[in-house]
Amino acid sequence: MPAVAETLDTVQSVTEGTYKWGFETEIEMDFAPKGLNEDTVRFISAEKKEPEWLLEWRLKAFATWQKMQEPRWPAVKYPPIDYQDAYYYAAPKKKDGPKSLDEVDPELLKTYAKLGIPLKEQAILAGVEGAGDSPSEGGRMPIAVDAVFDSVSVATSYKERLAKDGIIFCAISEAVQEHPELVKQYLGTVVPPGDNFYAALNSAVFTDGSFVYIPKGVRCPMELSTYFRINAKSTGQFERTLIIADEGAIVSYLEGCTAPMRDENQLHAAVVELVALDDAQIKYSTVQNWYPGDAEGRGGIYNFVTKRAQCRGKRSKVSWTQVETGSAITWKYPSCVLLGDDSVGEFYSVAITNNHQQADTGTKMIHVGKRTTSTIVSKGISAGKGQNTYRGLVRVAPTASGARNFTQCDSLLIGDQCGAHTVPYIENRNMSAKVEHEATTSRIAEDQLFYCRQRGLSEEDAVGLIVNGFCREVLKELPMEFAVEAQKLLQISLEGSVG
Amino acid sequence: MNTVVHSGAEGFLHRFEGLRARLPGQRLDWVQALREAAAAQFRTAGFPTRRVEAWKYTDLRPVSDAAFDEALTILGDDVALPAPRGERRAVFVDGRFRAELSQLDDAGFAIGSLAEQLPRLEGRLGALARPAEEPLVALNTMLFEDGLLVTVPAGVAGGVLELRSLTSRSERPSAFHPRHLIRLEAGASLTLIEEASGPEDTRYLHNPVFEIELAEGAVLTHARIQREGVKGFQLGTVYARIESGATYDNFTLNAGARLVRNEIHAVLAGPKSACHMNGAQLLRDGQHADTTTVLDHAAPDCASRQTYKTVLSGKSRGVFQGKIHVHQVAQRTDGYQMNQALLLSPDAEIDSKPQLEIYADDVKCSHGATVGALDADQLFYLRARGIPEDKARSILVEAFLQEAIEGVTDETARAALESAVAGWWEKEAA
Repeated sequence: MPAVAETLDTVQSVTEGTYKWGFETEIEMDFAPKGLNEDTVRFISAEKKEPEWLLEWRLKAFATWQKMQEPRWPAVKYPPIDYQDAYYYAAPKKKDGPKSLDEVDPELLKTYAKLGIPLKEQAILAGVEGAGDSPSEGGRMPIAVDAVFDSVSVATSYKERLAKDGIIFCAISEAVQEHPELVKQYLGTVVPPGDNFYAALNSAVFTDGSFVYIPKGVRCPMELSTYFRINAKSTGQFERTLIIADEGAIVSYLEGCTAPMRDENQLHAAVVELVALDDAQIKYSTVQNWYPGDAEGRGGIYNFVTKRAQCRGKRSKVSWTQVETGSAITWKYPSCVLLGDDSVGEFYSVAITNNHQQADTGTKMIHVGKRTTSTIVSKGISAGKGQNTYRGLVRVAPTASGARNFTQCDSLLIGDQCGAHTVPYIENRNMSAKVEHEATTSRIAEDQLFYCRQRGLSEEDAVGLIVNGFCREVLKELPMEFAVEAQKLLQISLEGSVG
Repeated sequence: MNTVVHSGAEGFLHRFEGLRARLPGQRLDWVQALREAAAAQFRTAGFPTRRVEAWKYTDLRPVSDAAFDEALTILGDDVALPAPRGERRAVFVDGRFRAELSQLDDAGFAIGSLAEQLPRLEGRLGALARPAEEPLVALNTMLFEDGLLVTVPAGVAGGVLELRSLTSRSERPSAFHPRHLIRLEAGASLTLIEEASGPEDTRYLHNPVFEIELAEGAVLTHARIQREGVKGFQLGTVYARIESGATYDNFTLNAGARLVRNEIHAVLAGPKSACHMNGAQLLRDGQHADTTTVLDHAAPDCASRQTYKTVLSGKSRGVFQGKIHVHQVAQRTDGYQMNQALLLSPDAEIDSKPQLEIYADDVKCSHGATVGALDADQLFYLRARGIPEDKARSILVEAFLQEAIEGVTDETARAALESAVAGWWEKEAA
């Protein structure tokens, strides 16, 4: 479905929906007029009751965006997007869901069953109306999902627990109201509004996202996930996330969900900013499984995301882990700017493209501080007619004495219609730095398959096993409960690619 | 009246207007058409800027800001040619073939000046070059004056042929654009040792283009030694088409010039063909060297090997860009690429962009890149055995380069490369 039609559908379902939630105040109109101009930006800002400085900031970003060109360099193809023919503010976003599981696409239910998701959860994930209203009936449930769908009290108790340590974890719009000084201090300092086309667009019209602040010396007592946040059930089209780890703070943040989510926005242009001060550590894990489009390549999400971290403090550390199996087009480069001496950046990635999916993803490691180190491990799997590109930059500034980088990019090809590409950029201006890059491309070896088949595994299971082995280095970086599901997810994503 | 010398692309276009009636092939319609088309392409493209992805790391402004004139070949007494490296030698001065300096007797096959044979080259000249894609090749096509023409007939072992390119001393910066056509028929072989040099006090632009066709089973060893003068620019492009079972073995040593671009486009066009592209860049203060390779695996069962090494001292900058493109038909491709850089100075910069683009599934492709200083442990090991620091460093640099040179199987070619490397290091150590 083209972007326009899908957005229209979304807006229609919003306006016809009976369920309104998420905002404390009654609002007359809950969507901005179609198109994008200064008034749209003013409308969004006014709806959110934002202070003047933020409106100014948005308007400046909008002015910058208008002067920018949509980038064409990534190795992805898609029809042109008409930015004027879309709605930029539609809240609250509640779709007209199916009435019961019987109305849900049986293919989707099969996937849930394979992931081992209980019926109750399946209903919620599929967006069955009323499914999330009662508390769950116990049984095994992954922690992250548990918190989403459980009663309000559970989430509140988490919030209380976090507040006890002085941790701020809320929607970014809430943070603008409650903690304006922190937002003002950090917003746009890692990804400036004019950074790139989509970051500028996001800066002008962002409506939702998370804000996290971990105070000095605090180790966050639990994994934070968007799903803990009570008002984050529907993710916005233009999410903005800002995470600040103050001196010595440690936090692990999970984004996404292993089960396919119903989501009808076609263009996602999120911005994620991470700031780590002295001795702070941030671990940011993503499992992205948005709608990839059908087997013929129709529909699917365009995921154009800017994610960047600044290791500002000495001995700070940021680790990105991503498992990208969804979206028609994925285009993102979670990056680390290593400013503090002895700071550490890590990037672990698995990207799968099947059918007509396209992924152009990788990372940038910018070494500025002394003895900064970075590690990049990227595993790309192409199947069907999928195109998978690793694109990465390792830059060592003249100041980064003793910097160290190791990069490993492996690609696996399944079928002769797909493509795997590797485009690393290495720029070194310091003689004491050491940069190493390795990349390999191969297919699943016949003898490996034969070995598995001989032991009674079906071809599909054998491929799943081999692919999981191929991705092990990355999967082991995921938090436990994510890792288990991610493994199943890899196998499901590759369904139909063999035999 | 003073003649105004224009700079940049404008200057070359201006020169084309003035020279067109005197350039070789002015009476041949097809040559005229080639030149006109190239001029139009060059007019549109101009000199590539760093905004062009293929030129991200090399700034051509030192070339495009300068004004170049036609070379006024005045050979001084100082043109002393060392003994030839093989049986035969073709000498070019300022891009023009000089029969009296060359030794080409009894070759048993055609070697000579491209300009003289031009009427017979329709369809061959320009068969591989892509002036529409590479602006510098458009520049060459617009203005080529001469070049080396070699055709080795089927089954003939062509032995060693030396190609010497000299530049004459001049007050005014000059530019020349030779076009070299090399064809090896089925089963033929040849070792081509190319050496380019020039005076240290002359500004000049040497912009050669090679079109190399290797028929079934042919083997070409192509050793290139670039020792242009420190004020010279060399912007060279090599196109090679390698048919089934043929082998192209290229080694490029960049040791001279203020700015050099060594661009190679090789196509493995027939099954079971092979391509080796190796090279070394030895850079001193103020030098910029860029090796850019594009290797197309366009047929099944082909193998490619690339090893490039760069040693940087002073305030120098080295660039390596290497792309391996495996087409969907190119099943069972075996591709390997390695590029390594050794930084000897805190002011040096190295930029490296290896690239794999793969559309076939039954392939084995890998690339690697490393960048760093001399290994402190290795230095210590040698010092501990009583070897002075200078000597220890030289041993380690030599060992670093040896890995790339080892790949050259032809002994004459390898000896030439080894002596060039040794010469560079002696100067460096001094």
